[in-house]
Amino acid sequence: MGLTLADAPLPGVVVTNVDKVFNWARKSSLWPLTFGLACCAIEMMAAGASRFDMDRFGAGIFRATPRQADLMLVAGSVTEKMAPIIRRLYDQMPEPKWVMAMGICATAGGPFPTYSHVQGVDQVVPVDVYVPGCPPRPEALLYGLMVLQDKIDRMTIRQSL
Amino acid sequence: MDETKPESPAPESAPKPVPPRKGEADEAALRAPVPSRSLDRLRQALPEAVQEVVFHCGVPIVRVDPERIVEVGHFLKEDAQCRMTLLSDLCGLDLSRLGRPEPRFDVVYQLFSPDQGERLMLKAAVAEGAEIQSVSGVWRTANWHEREAFDMFGIRFAGHPDLRRILMPEEYDAHPLRKDFPLEGRERDHGNWRRPDDERRNVRVR
Amino acid sequence: MFGTSEMEINLGPQHPSTHGVLRVKLSLDGERILDAKPIIGYLHRGCEKLGESRAFPQAIVYTDRMDYVAAVNENIVYVEAVERLLGVEVPPRAQYMRVILSEFQRIASHLVWLATHALDLGAMSVFLYCFREREQILDLFEGYCGARLTTNAVRIGGMYEDFPEGWVEEARRFLEILPARLDEYHKLLTKNRIWLERTREVGVIAGDVALDYGVTGPCLRASGVAYDSRKAIPYAAYREFEFDIPLGTRGDTYDRYLVRMEEMRQSRRIILQALDRLPDGEIRGKTPRRIRPPKGEVYHVNEGPRGELGVYLVSDGTDNAYRCRFRSPCFVNLQALPELCRGHLVADVVAVIGTLDIVLGCIDR
Repeated sequence: MGLTLADAPLPGVVVTNVDKVFNWARKSSLWPLTFGLACCAIEMMAAGASRFDMDRFGAGIFRATPRQADLMLVAGSVTEKMAPIIRRLYDQMPEPKWVMAMGICATAGGPFPTYSHVQGVDQVVPVDVYVPGCPPRPEALLYGLMVLQDKIDRMTIRQSL
Repeated sequence: MDETKPESPAPESAPKPVPPRKGEADEAALRAPVPSRSLDRLRQALPEAVQEVVFHCGVPIVRVDPERIVEVGHFLKEDAQCRMTLLSDLCGLDLSRLGRPEPRFDVVYQLFSPDQGERLMLKAAVAEGAEIQSVSGVWRTANWHEREAFDMFGIRFAGHPDLRRILMPEEYDAHPLRKDFPLEGRERDHGNWRRPDDERRNVRVR
Repeated sequence: MFGTSEMEINLGPQHPSTHGVLRVKLSLDGERILDAKPIIGYLHRGCEKLGESRAFPQAIVYTDRMDYVAAVNENIVYVEAVERLLGVEVPPRAQYMRVILSEFQRIASHLVWLATHALDLGAMSVFLYCFREREQILDLFEGYCGARLTTNAVRIGGMYEDFPEGWVEEARRFLEILPARLDEYHKLLTKNRIWLERTREVGVIAGDVALDYGVTGPCLRASGVAYDSRKAIPYAAYREFEFDIPLGTRGDTYDRYLVRMEEMRQSRRIILQALDRLPDGEIRGKTPRRIRPPKGEVYHVNEGPRGELGVYLVSDGTDNAYRCRFRSPCFVNLQALPELCRGHLVADVVAVIGTLDIVLGCIDR
């Protein structure tokens, strides 16, 4: 990770690069937006409760307003009526922001190939991590969170010339 | 009797027990009449409103004259021996694929009396484009059920306080539960909200 | 003097306390509510049309996902409707198993209700405690049918598998600790000054008005009307068990809370009786290989945790249902929202939505 105090040249001095610090800060305090749409919301609540505890990943504080959230956990079915609202919420979130599609309804439409169901939330917002399952177990959601943390680890703030 | 047969002949060494003819439905038993005090009272009080009565699975299914549905509703709710105070459900039914293209729709009312413990099913026929009286003045619960029947089938209810769509978006222009509407929806039902194809994520990755 | 003008505020569809994608348009005079119009349909997935395009056994899967907190109850009402159309008899052991799973599901559903209702009103610890108990019930479900939430636990004609080894003992162990945990919730909430202030006299509805609105379940029983499908039109094996129906008097949020808490105890009572008297025998009745009920229709009703779950099936003699209508208790209960909210403050809308115990999957289907 590059941030250990053990092998510091001087006491209390850490040498690392800016990317690592930013990424570590961002991935360790992902604040999700309360966005439970359908059945997956119940498993998301269970993941936030004490047995599975999302808070130990720093992601336990669900924010109700998109202005204060980093992660949009789309948990459940997306319908054509709800799609514009999802887009608006996504636009209201400040950068850097990530989207996790939880469950197969959000991933690809799930078991509902119907007239009102959007076949995957990635048709509305760009998705970073897909967590399949119907509903995915809370452990699967936590694994998805860890995969997202690995993705954040690979970010860079360097401008491309 | 029943014409349904198991599709493939069951071999003697079948691992799963193949159900014999005994498991097939006994249609005569399903259609057997059952005593119903509310039905008798209804026939007594409003004989011209009752068009047809059949029984299925132990419940009387009464086809009533759609012009008199409000009268029938008031009677069944207020009569001391019927007391059908709970309108359990109200839904539409499209009969065009069941051999009755005209009138196309049926409105089905499921009535229950918590006091007497009796159940009744009423049906009223409505043609496409025609109207039927709303029973939201009799049972307040009919309000949203009728909105849903309008949304899903296009059945119009005269006298409804607020007849507009409830499940589909307000501007939607079709009636999804009709039999000629495809399950997947039409081409223009999808793709109304799409993110721009050239949208790039602002998250730079090494 | 200044005049006041009406203000319209939107609550939802993305809101922490709307329990899903519910939108409520509030008309306010200052902080007092003049009207609260619910707008639904944001989760309409077309389950009824799917029920018409899938074979009867395949459609059971969709019933899980409608009322997803009470999946077993919704499974059972659909399967029992098909069984009535077929005239199939379900063996007694399967009936008892259905009752046991049904009542466990009722307890689990009431725990979700209490957790979210209390969370909305500010009691966050109750959320964590309730989910702790619920995890034990979900473990039981997982041990039986492999899924925690969307169980798909019943089959047409009976059950698909018997209880695994050790399941009954684990169930008994859970039921032993349950009363103490329920007492814990009571200690936290029932005489709590804040809880009383937020729930007493909030969202009052009279019994006959509620029945006219079609309200069923604990919301109706808290207003004093003793209608419970398990007693009025017993299904599965409910005739053989002794249990009480808790009734309220005032029809306010506090009474609905007490009714549901007592229902959890009564569910435990039913499960213990069922486990003690569980008969031996087959778990699957004789059904035809292809489920093709003869032409006809049926409307079958169950008591779900939220109220009367109904299924209206029309069969035309083919593999699929011709019409598959699901009567949703939350859809009907939500209709009474304006009646319950009028005259209250904006914060009370949150309490009322919580006490109606709505699940949007059930409402929108």
